[in-house]
Amino acid sequence: MSETLQKADPFIEIDGELCKGCKLCIDVCPKTVISISDKLNGSSYHPAYYLGHDCTGCGLCFYACPEPAAIRVVKP
Amino acid sequence: MKVFEKPTSFYPRFERKGGPHKETTHYCPGCGHGNVHKMIAEAMDDLGIRERTVFVSPVGCSVFGYYYFDCGNIQAAHGRAPAVATGIKRANPDSIVISYQGDGDLAAIGTAETLHAANRGENITVFFVNNAIYGMTGGQMAPTTMIGQKTATTPRGRIETEHGNPIRMAEIISTLPAAGYVERVAIGTSKHIMKARKAIRKALTNQVENRGYSFVEILSVCPTGWKMDSPDARDWLLNEMTQVFPLGVYKDDAGERENEWYRPVEPFVPEKVDAYFSAGNFEEADEPIKLDKSLQCKFAGFGGQGILTLGLFMAQVGMRGKLHASWIPSYGPEMRGGTANCSVNLSEARIGTPLVDRPNVLVVMNQPSLEAFEKDVVDGGTILIDSGIVESKPDGDRLNCILIPATKIADEVGTPKVANVVMLGALCAATGAFELDFVEETLRAVVKKRNLVDMNITALKRGYDFVRNGG
Ligand SMILES: Cc1ncc(C[n+]2csc(CCOP(=O)(O)OP(=O)(O)O)c2C)c(N)n1
Ligand code: SF4
Ligand code: SF4
Ligand code: SF4
Repeated sequence: MSETLQKADPFIEIDGELCKGCKLCIDVCPKTVISISDKLNGSSYHPAYYLGHDCTGCGLCFYACPEPAAIRVVKP
Repeated sequence: MKVFEKPTSFYPRFERKGGPHKETTHYCPGCGHGNVHKMIAEAMDDLGIRERTVFVSPVGCSVFGYYYFDCGNIQAAHGRAPAVATGIKRANPDSIVISYQGDGDLAAIGTAETLHAANRGENITVFFVNNAIYGMTGGQMAPTTMIGQKTATTPRGRIETEHGNPIRMAEIISTLPAAGYVERVAIGTSKHIMKARKAIRKALTNQVENRGYSFVEILSVCPTGWKMDSPDARDWLLNEMTQVFPLGVYKDDAGERENEWYRPVEPFVPEKVDAYFSAGNFEEADEPIKLDKSLQCKFAGFGGQGILTLGLFMAQVGMRGKLHASWIPSYGPEMRGGTANCSVNLSEARIGTPLVDRPNVLVVMNQPSLEAFEKDVVDGGTILIDSGIVESKPDGDRLNCILIPATKIADEVGTPKVANVVMLGALCAATGAFELDFVEETLRAVVKKRNLVDMNITALKRGYDFVRNGG
């Protein structure tokens, strides 16, 4: 039961290799569920990552992100 | 389920882009171009227009639009995108044409193209990304740079008295009657971004529905040129730029437009203007005149013989007869030698060029003109010569030659000034293209000096009779 509920939760996927670490997604997220990594990606940026819970699927981070494919938002 | 993901109007991989990274843009982190691209691509998906969209990239950081958009792409010379877009749209009216431009491109080097495309009300969509700086070339002052803003070329900040004020394109374009939809939006907070998204979709929808010219100015950020991190840049945009560039809809009558050629009525009465120009004063014939073949006429003689007016009369006869007509005077160096010539085309079909290189009718009223133009006349063409002035004779085997002492006849009528109209009468008789009555009525309508009308009519008839009846 709790598993199916969790599956139905909205979530985002950030492709750390396509992220340029501009932090704009972090700035706009109303739930502050995105953070920035300490590690560098292959292009020498600190990529953003999803904290893994409480996303509402509002899509605002998707539009704030200038990169075509860095963020994907799924709202089941 | 709702998924927000990379629009399919982007290429799956950006193969045209150099280097190893084929899924990211070439833009700096936080650059506003990326957001605008994404919203345009999304709108292309949703409106189903990718297959017929032509994206015109500018010169500037977005010069590489063709890396990303999976549609038709053309990259225009700096500032010329709206002119290129005009050509594409007119040649392919079914295409959806986007002119995407930065502030240096649109509001500096391309100001003329920008304003005139808007003034013509081209049925295109212009996205103007205003980031208050020349990004690509390394952060120089742009026409939209803010007062006090430091750039590579304004190290002490832009100074109003030295560099002028930031130029407000949305405001300027909204004064043009033919521009349909003009809005300024910003890549700022989420709320602003969603408004920008709506404006982008609306501007494209207008074009899909043939509602004419749409212009969306998008206040954007250039974190690199501004030397700020991305969130600070967005704050500066919202706090400072929007003061000078207020957001909002500046004009929107696109929705009322029935088609792309709709133009609001200007507050002047065309008839009042026409009254000053004789060309507008006549009533056209009920039926178009039938021509056996189109007429390519050249008229040449001394300045002062009324050569240009003769050509104009001929063109007006054609216009009144619902033919396609062109008249173009030659302003070549020969004008200074005291000679004048003009070319007239009359045709049932549309005219490609107003120039006449190979006339089938040549009217010459002085010796040098015969020497200059006889050889150009096509075989079997007609040549009319004022035999009282021109001494030599043209090649009668090759050409249909009509010699008429036009100036002498005009003298008899009352003034040598109407020699040109004697020639017009002779020309009508020689070509058989127009009824004498019809030409007479046209002359009555277009001769400007009312006291000369009767003399002109007499001259016309004398020229006509001379050819038809030998005098
Ligand atoms: C005819 C010509 N003149 C000048 C340049 C140099 N140039 C390249 S980009 C640019 C300005 C770009 O600024 P903007 O239009 O604001 O675009 P951004 O890079 O900021 O997006 C200039 C002047 C050029 N490429 N071609
Ligand atoms: S979709 Fe909304 S809630 Fe979820 S991470 Fe993005 S901005 Fe935050
Ligand atoms: S907005 Fe996009 S590029 Fe910027 S940090 Fe977030 S995911 Fe990365
Ligand atoms: S220089 Fe400015 S406009 Fe150009 S890509 Fe970088 S941030 Fe964008």
